[in-house]
Amino acid sequence: MTKNHVTATVNGDVVEFLCETHQTLLEVLRDELGLTGTKEGCGTGDCGACSVTIDGRLMCSCLVLGVEADGKAIQTIEGMAVGTALHSLQRKFLEHAALQCGICTPGILIAARSLLERNPDPTEEEVRYWLAGNLCRCTGYHKIVDAVLDAAREIRGG
Amino acid sequence: MSATITSGKKKLKLVGTRPVRPDGVPKVTGLARFGADYSLPGMLWGKILRSPHAHARIRSIDTSKAQALPGVKAVITSADLPEQEFEYVGPERVAVNFWHMTRNIMAREKVLYEGHAVAAVAAISRTVADEALRLIKVDYEVLPHVINVEEAMQPDAPLLFEDMITRGVEPAPNKPSNISKRIELKIGDLEAGFAAADEIVEGSFKTAPVHQGYIEPQACLARFDPDGQAELWASSQGHFVIRALTARLLGMDIGNLRVYPAEIGGGFGGKNVPYVEPVALALSRKSGHPVKIVMSREEVFKACGPAPGSSMTVRIGVRKDGKIVAADGLFKFQAGAVPGSPVMNACMCAFSPYDIPNVRTVGYDVVCNRPKTAAYRAPGSPISAYAVENVIDMVAARIGMDPLRFRLENIARPGTPTVSGPKHTHEGFAETIQALMQHPGYTAPLGKNQGRGFASGYWFNNGGESSAAVHVNEDGTVLVATGSADLSGTRASIALMAAETLGIDYDKVRPIVADTASIGYSHISAGSRTTFATGIAVVDACKKVIGDLCARAAMIWDVNAEDVVWEDGCARCTGNKAGECEPLSLKAIAAKRSVTGGPIVAEVSVNAGGVAPGFATEFCDVEVDPETGAVKVLRFVAAQDVGRAIHPAYVEGQIQGGAAQGIGWALNEEYIYDEAGRLTNAGFLDYRVPVASDLPRIEAVLVEVLNPNHPFGAKGVGEANIVPSLAAVANAVSRAIGRRMTELPMSPPKILKAVNGEQ
Repeated sequence: MTKNHVTATVNGDVVEFLCETHQTLLEVLRDELGLTGTKEGCGTGDCGACSVTIDGRLMCSCLVLGVEADGKAIQTIEGMAVGTALHSLQRKFLEHAALQCGICTPGILIAARSLLERNPDPTEEEVRYWLAGNLCRCTGYHKIVDAVLDAAREIRGG
Repeated sequence: MSATITSGKKKLKLVGTRPVRPDGVPKVTGLARFGADYSLPGMLWGKILRSPHAHARIRSIDTSKAQALPGVKAVITSADLPEQEFEYVGPERVAVNFWHMTRNIMAREKVLYEGHAVAAVAAISRTVADEALRLIKVDYEVLPHVINVEEAMQPDAPLLFEDMITRGVEPAPNKPSNISKRIELKIGDLEAGFAAADEIVEGSFKTAPVHQGYIEPQACLARFDPDGQAELWASSQGHFVIRALTARLLGMDIGNLRVYPAEIGGGFGGKNVPYVEPVALALSRKSGHPVKIVMSREEVFKACGPAPGSSMTVRIGVRKDGKIVAADGLFKFQAGAVPGSPVMNACMCAFSPYDIPNVRTVGYDVVCNRPKTAAYRAPGSPISAYAVENVIDMVAARIGMDPLRFRLENIARPGTPTVSGPKHTHEGFAETIQALMQHPGYTAPLGKNQGRGFASGYWFNNGGESSAAVHVNEDGTVLVATGSADLSGTRASIALMAAETLGIDYDKVRPIVADTASIGYSHISAGSRTTFATGIAVVDACKKVIGDLCARAAMIWDVNAEDVVWEDGCARCTGNKAGECEPLSLKAIAAKRSVTGGPIVAEVSVNAGGVAPGFATEFCDVEVDPETGAVKVLRFVAAQDVGRAIHPAYVEGQIQGGAAQGIGWALNEEYIYDEAGRLTNAGFLDYRVPVASDLPRIEAVLVEVLNPNHPFGAKGVGEANIVPSLAAVANAVSRAIGRRMTELPMSPPKILKAVNGEQ
């Protein structure tokens, strides 16, 4: 089977990879590029564990083909901290105990960052509806919502 | 906001604080390695072929074309796994039968449910493996199937096992059936009890099977070397149990299998037993290559145990003064295709919160053409509590008593007998009820179409076998290794208990989960046992280290060992030379390790007894939309007796998570089958677990009635919280619409029917 040659920017770095036409971006990230921080919970776009941004837009990477990433800028959880400095959301998730098993955490952090980029001062209800595409089975979302609101406050400088 | 109610709190520096978890950073940066995140050079991808039929005899399996496909390195069927003896082993409540287990891992004579594994392949890529599955030809003789528990119990029902004779019935039935087992427990005189009652209330209830819904599908990486030694990286609730069961299923020695604990992306009971591990290892054994298997979500729903569905009848007799005098419960549970539903737990837990002199519980474990059920958070207890707490609510209404006051009047206390034999030994239940009675929401006014529901629940909790090792490093930092899988933050509670005991800073302790070759046996992280039982092993190991440190201080000071005590992280001399001896810190003694006797290490293994059960009482406010039948949960308050909350934030998290799962169980979640016995909602779109916008804030009230049998008073926190949740929601909905809802999930169509009087 002939593979496709794809060039994309992942977390700021230009990467090239070969992928089969039917391979999802999620499979490419995990199996070809070794970026296993992006998780597969369902493969059907229902759980949000594989959330990434593509040219700034929040997407489920299991619903995007690897070949579609050509020429695009992808952001994954591995690019969220800058060097050794954690993103405010990452710190707040730790401080608020907003993760238990942690499998949904990368996707929720990516989704939450996407929210705060658009809406730096969301209400609790806005956070809950924005994150409605990200399943968490451990926490009941209570501490996740608190962490996102607290990070928003910190980022706003409040 | 959370409230904490504490009794007898002694001064502690670290236990009870909320530091960042030691394993936190890799989980927010994506670097933590879960089951699917491991790879090895030369690794193959394993895939499993599954039955399209609910019930069929396997006439033949032809794997020749799959084996011939380029890139395929191994194909296995049940013929590659040894036959197992038919025998129930282990304690009755959780007995295992390897004859059934191997057939569930890979079907032999018959497939028993849609999704039942039939064969598996290992190939150089996922694509080739998928192609190979399509080339396997299975000749099935499709058989009549049965899905519903009541239908499965009928004398003319299709039989899953043609020779299954019901256990627990004397004399044994002479005809086979789908009823694997009957259980009956009783105390007192049921007839006399009901005869003394002023009011008798009875209700019949049904619940649907629900899935644990962990977000991480089962995944593992296996390597089997030609010399018979093997390694396995697996996400599970207990790598020692995965090791034992996998070795048994492959017919290999336990000593030849080393299991490494991957981070586990949710289990809730569903990852206590292997599914993919024996298959991956058998494929590796046959191919000579490492093999990775990652389940799809559809496979998880179709082939990994949900909690059982049920059909139940509960009758309670009460005197006018509010004293319950008799209770009778009938619990029929769907085991799925393998015997072993948690119906015995249901029979034991159902009436356990209450002091009732005359009780009978009868349970049936019934096989049907569904996936084998697995444990799910307090397995069995939320289901029986749903029925019992509905009837309790009905009784309270009948005699005109406040539902919390009614429960408080009837609570079990230390010395109260339970239906299963042992008497209650711990307080804590009353305090959960009183906590809610003091809550402002208890008396807050309700609006139109709104209702408030209350419920309580009981769970055994568990102790058992755990091991811990403490290594003092030469710079005064400390490694604490345990063999207990960390599902949700137990490394934080372990580190807190170790640091508190040693008297050092929390960040000087590094807790790890060690693999099966690096620490003594440790049982699964289940039954809310880890912080309790493994915590005891950790504290005992720290105390052993302290004894060693004190002996070394005595040597340095040249005093008798009994003249040295350990206080605030330092050895202090109390004898004649006290004035001359500056206290020696752990760090100072560690620096002299090599000249005072060498490595400072202690390993302790325990079989922890002294378990205290968990009690929880919860209330919720709901609003029912009379146009659509949709339910909105407005407020949820959950009080649980947790003993000492070692890390209160993670204890709150357990309560919030348990309540959220209970809300999903009550309102949304169910397995839906078509007429052919195929699951029609095997995905998160159609099997809808609660999302963030479905739920309110869940207020966790930590009731801390300490357990005297744990060094810091811990009980167990993971499970009791879900026990009342189903009934709390159900009672709220029933009160909101003025009709008793008797079936879960209370989905909008069912509520609309009830509202419109079509029940």
